[in-house]
Amino acid sequence: MASKSTVAARPRPVSEPGTLVLLCLAAWAVPGAGHLWLGRAQKGIVFFLAMTLMFTVGLLLDGRLFPFELSEPLVALAAMANAGLGLPWVLGRTFGLGAGVVTEATYEYGNCYLIVAGLLNFLVILDAFDIASGRK
Amino acid sequence: MTSHLLLLVLFAVLVSAVFATLSRDEPRAQLRAGAIMVAGFVAGAVLLGWLMYPLPL
Repeated sequence: MASKSTVAARPRPVSEPGTLVLLCLAAWAVPGAGHLWLGRAQKGIVFFLAMTLMFTVGLLLDGRLFPFELSEPLVALAAMANAGLGLPWVLGRTFGLGAGVVTEATYEYGNCYLIVAGLLNFLVILDAFDIASGRK
Repeated sequence: MTSHLLLLVLFAVLVSAVFATLSRDEPRAQLRAGAIMVAGFVAGAVLLGWLMYPLPL
């Protein structure tokens, strides 16, 4: 039995810059939304599930959503990575989640999950951009 | 949930799922690539752990 391709319905490249910007914003706000927009449902669902689960586990492990403190470059970089996850990050910051409990044994694990989830979403946004602009 | 190995395996599975989905288009190829990546992550981490064991850290 031949395996089903996830690129069967290859969309036409999006040439309008405004649409590309909207696509990237959607892909940032909701992990996987860019691929769903482009008709790649399987990829979009995997990205959404994997990254929201990473974010949730990171919070459950008492990880920290870092603030943008430019006086501390490593903290600022971690904050940028956290911000990559879009809406979950916005909601987490709004509702005061991710305070981080340094004394917990899982604190660094939680940070790792939260930071990597955001960085992975940056890669996913770039992939959606490449597909939409016809490079992939 | 403080099992280091469980957290390591979960992390490996989730990151591998994203990388495999990004790099392959066919579901079977994604599964294969993902399985290889998970094995690589876990085996590499365990190996590095053993190599670091005698170090005075």
